[in-house]
Amino acid sequence: MSGHIATKRLYVSVWIALMCLTVATAAVSRIELGHFNIVLALLIATCKASLVALFFMGVKYISNKMTIVVIVAGLFWLGILLSLSMTDYLTRPWT
Amino acid sequence: MASAAVPLERENYLNKEYGIGSWLLTTDHKRIALLYLLSITFFFFIGGFFALLIRLELLTPAGDLVQADTYNKLFTMHGQVMVFFFLIPSVPAVLGNFLIPIMIGAKDLAFPRINLLSWYLYAIGGLFMLYTIVNGGVDTGWTFYTPLSSQFLDTQVVAAALAIFIAGFSSILTGLNFIVTVHRMRAPGMTWSRLPLFVWANYATAIIQVLGTPVLAITLMLVALERIFRLGIFDPQRGGDPLLFQHLFWFYSHPAVYIMILPGMGVVNEIVPCFSRKRVFGYRFMALAVIAIAVLGFLVWAHHMFVAGISLYAAMVFSLLSYFVAVPSAIKVFNWTATMYKGSVSFDTPMLYALGFIGLFMMGGLTGLFVAALGIDVHVHDTYFVVAHFHYIMVGGMVIAYLAGIHFWWPKISGRMYPEFWGKLAAMIIFVGFNLTFFPQFVLGYLGMPRRYWQYSPEFQVLNVFSTAGATILAVGYLLPMAYLLWSMRYGKIAGDNPWNAAGLEWTISSPPTTFNFDETPIVTHEAYNYGEIDQPKEVPVER
Amino acid sequence: MSDSTIAVDTHESDLQHHFANLEQQQEASVMGMWVFLITEIMFFGGMFAGYMIYRHLHYQGFVQGSLHMDFWWGTINTVVLLCSSLTMAMAVRAAQTSQRKAIVVFLLVTILFGLAFLGIKVIEYHSHWVEHQFPGHDFHLLDEKGQPSPYTSEAEVFFSFYWAMTGFHALHMVIGVGLVSWIAFLAWRGRYDAHYFTPVENVGLYWHFVDLVWIYLYPLLYLISNKHLSG
Repeated sequence: MSGHIATKRLYVSVWIALMCLTVATAAVSRIELGHFNIVLALLIATCKASLVALFFMGVKYISNKMTIVVIVAGLFWLGILLSLSMTDYLTRPWT
Repeated sequence: MASAAVPLERENYLNKEYGIGSWLLTTDHKRIALLYLLSITFFFFIGGFFALLIRLELLTPAGDLVQADTYNKLFTMHGQVMVFFFLIPSVPAVLGNFLIPIMIGAKDLAFPRINLLSWYLYAIGGLFMLYTIVNGGVDTGWTFYTPLSSQFLDTQVVAAALAIFIAGFSSILTGLNFIVTVHRMRAPGMTWSRLPLFVWANYATAIIQVLGTPVLAITLMLVALERIFRLGIFDPQRGGDPLLFQHLFWFYSHPAVYIMILPGMGVVNEIVPCFSRKRVFGYRFMALAVIAIAVLGFLVWAHHMFVAGISLYAAMVFSLLSYFVAVPSAIKVFNWTATMYKGSVSFDTPMLYALGFIGLFMMGGLTGLFVAALGIDVHVHDTYFVVAHFHYIMVGGMVIAYLAGIHFWWPKISGRMYPEFWGKLAAMIIFVGFNLTFFPQFVLGYLGMPRRYWQYSPEFQVLNVFSTAGATILAVGYLLPMAYLLWSMRYGKIAGDNPWNAAGLEWTISSPPTTFNFDETPIVTHEAYNYGEIDQPKEVPVER
Repeated sequence: MSDSTIAVDTHESDLQHHFANLEQQQEASVMGMWVFLITEIMFFGGMFAGYMIYRHLHYQGFVQGSLHMDFWWGTINTVVLLCSSLTMAMAVRAAQTSQRKAIVVFLLVTILFGLAFLGIKVIEYHSHWVEHQFPGHDFHLLDEKGQPSPYTSEAEVFFSFYWAMTGFHALHMVIGVGLVSWIAFLAWRGRYDAHYFTPVENVGLYWHFVDLVWIYLYPLLYLISNKHLSG
């Protein structure tokens, strides 16, 4: 981030995309799609989050690879917490 | 003025400024390390005092010294104080703070003011803990299990949770500081493969601190909110699951035990090659092992919950993963042994402690494998077997490693040598006292004596008496270093820059160091444990 | 466009003694902020884990709870925060290009958006409170037909997470508004320019992170149910 200077146009474009994705997720939620609702909602949320992270937070332009490792590690660890706890709750009905 | 002639002291970090303000507002990592040294020693004795009362109660099968509720408070606060206010900060906050910048050739940590903030957070957390102790105490067990803690007790649960929450932030900030420091502040030539293993160990610890502690923070917050606002997150009658607390709690608290042990391994990594006059065997594996322990340690937490009601299939997964985490620890034990093999071993006090660590950690670690087996755990869970297991690692391992480090680096920190005879004596008293205290507890647990009970069946008394006797010997052993280390600050032999003829950048600067450590940034050109070169320097060919 | 006619400030006084140069200091500072943000990921992560587990165990209760979320306020708040991220990014950009006045303006607009978010949260909290949707305090919930819901106790768990997660998020917003105000003041005093703007960058990272959390909270709390009783 410290090095690269994004254009105002880039930021506004990202903002427009974020607005569209918000409208999309709000609209889709009003339609009954069963299990697909949550999948779609999280997918859209992740797209929005990626836009914010890559462009507003400058992750796309980070020169220091360690910072990328730090971010990926954080997300991966959250994944460990979520997935390993679910091994208990998902398999309880089996016993 | 002392009667012995005191040489004119050069300016160093201790005498640069006087006055309490210069200590309480310092940003010098070495002074902050000493602030921590004082405060954690204080809490060690408080936790130790609780332990003494526990062992006194357990001299007899009847509950005759204290009441049952009081006993619950004693073991709870013993655990909380020892874990959160002594063990977790011990090596990182004292030795890590002092040594890491010097070992990598830097003038300070990356964020000196955040370092000071870390200490203040620790101190404030400590004050909340003292408040808890003085205002009736807390009796949930150090593990705070719900719904007991969230619904059914009217003791100082929220205050204790707050104390640990605040101290947790101290731990997070220290970890953050270490990570950025090791990444960004290494001197020229100090590549990752030349880093002292002490730095690797504290780096791995910092990763755990940063990723695990926040989960403890939110978990304690949820318990506090549940108590204050009667929320119902952990209340089975309102749809809650008490086991959720346990999952979140142990997600941190299992890796926390690696926060506690890895720095100790780091200390041993420095001492063993020095007193074997040999390079470390398998440096690369030693470095990778601490990282592996840090990562794998996050995958095993539910082995604390085998009999709590989790699904059998999840239990099998966690049991298997728990076996994996033993592998890197075993690699380290083998490599320490291989380092000593055909080395020139001497038995100075730090080495005595380090050898004690290796043996006792091994016993504690192996018994961890016992409890990781589902069938055995059903039998020994919540018995003294588990208590003995973790005390072998925490006390036989970690406390002994901490003392090893204090003695090894005492000359650097204070400029003085401790008295070697008393050092050796204390080490041996501690070793004997420790084993007498905790070995009987393995037997007691296997025979069925439950933990956290204030009365017990009369057939367990003999072993309990041995255990209490051991505890008193151990207490004497701990008091001795307090006394002679203090004595040495005034009357100890002047140490010189490198009394051990050890490798490492910290031994190239003065004892005690100046405030900014190095007059010029060092440039590193050799590997970390070049004992071969130190003891037999290559002859420089004479130029013709 | 720089609005100083004197020599460029080399920010020597900003260099701390233990760093070799300003670049090392800035890189360390930004890395430190990212490490801090991953601790925040794990902090909120604990609550997301709890949410996920209870949604799995008590899905109908969660649907019922989400029925009572105000769809419009939630959506407006999402838009507000995304706008605030835009203005925050613009503020950092203004610092990178040494535009003192622009930094201040963008930061002030960011603060306004932040306060708008918090104001809307107050409105929502108030309405949830008066409708007895706070767990443990005479909690009751009605279904679509206005009858006491058979999933009331499960919905109570949903509301515990609603209050806890949005509560901690709001706390982080309050801290964020404080931080942005502080650097807005310093920016007004001319502290930041292309050679030194790390505090602006770091506060920006924090602000965007708080926005990221909301990006997930919004669908997870507001959009579970297809219908909404209020909006």
